[in-house]
Amino acid sequence: MKRYLLPLLVFAVMVGFLGVGLKLNPREVPSPLIDKPAPAFSLPRLDAPDRQLALQDMKGKVWLLNVWASWCVACRVEHPLLVELANTGVVPIYGLNYKDKRDEALVWLGRHGNPYVASLIDAEGLVGIDFGVYGVPETFVIDKDGIIRLKHIGPVTPEVLRDTILPLVKKLNA
Amino acid sequence: MHRLLIVLCLAWLGVAGAQEARPMAEDPVLEAKVMRIAEELRCLVCQNETIAASHAELAVDLRKQIRQKLQQGQSQQQILDFMVQRYGEFVLYRPPVKSSTWLLWGGPFLLLGAALVGLVMSIRRRRVPASEPLPRDEAERARRLLGEEKG
Repeated sequence: MKRYLLPLLVFAVMVGFLGVGLKLNPREVPSPLIDKPAPAFSLPRLDAPDRQLALQDMKGKVWLLNVWASWCVACRVEHPLLVELANTGVVPIYGLNYKDKRDEALVWLGRHGNPYVASLIDAEGLVGIDFGVYGVPETFVIDKDGIIRLKHIGPVTPEVLRDTILPLVKKLNA
Repeated sequence: MHRLLIVLCLAWLGVAGAQEARPMAEDPVLEAKVMRIAEELRCLVCQNETIAASHAELAVDLRKQIRQKLQQGQSQQQILDFMVQRYGEFVLYRPPVKSSTWLLWGGPFLLLGAALVGLVMSIRRRRVPASEPLPRDEAERARRLLGEEKG
């Protein structure tokens, strides 16, 4: 009986580790930018490319930065939720139109609705790199001082919005 | 069937070779440097590949960044720091040795040590105890039997 104890113990430890490993999502890499100032940018607006929008322009308000593109399939999944959120007016959403073509982006917004106060054109994806974007869609919560408070990778789900994003926005606005 | 497999393998090799050759820029020395740094960085889209090996769009963009930064005269360390600042230490293909990664680096040796200890213990246990001298009557009998055989 005793001779089986050690292999059983080893087995149990391995099952424990593998079980935890199954629950982790390797696609969600923790961002080093959390609680750090958002990288500075100044980009042309999608609706009016001759006008620029910069990080300083957002000072003093809590806002969401949503990285999207017309070629991004997963963006379509979260989009109705963003439109709904924009209609409530709880928090302004700005879009980062990542490595997209302007005409296609405008058509996409026309078809699926435009939840964004403004979208910024990041044709080369350089601002995306500064924000550590590696999968579209990504959503950042940025506070009044321009500090990144949350990064959500992948489509925003109703649960994430209700349990994480909205409470955080409320707290930051308080 | 076998022939088909071989043909498929060769075809794949051809494709792989063609893709490897493509990113060569006009300056092969610079390109070699770009690739050497790119090999230190993990592609976050396809996480088991380096930025040098990956064909993901982000990897192509990041190689472009490395190339530009080298042209601006930045060092390898500066470029790696740039990537870590944005993507975290996960981006380093060779994680640095520090307190949060000592288990990662030392774990395999720890396991090897444990296995060796286990091996030694099990060998010791299995070893036949050193033979004691036979009692006199049995020794007598054995001698007699051996003697009979010989004689």
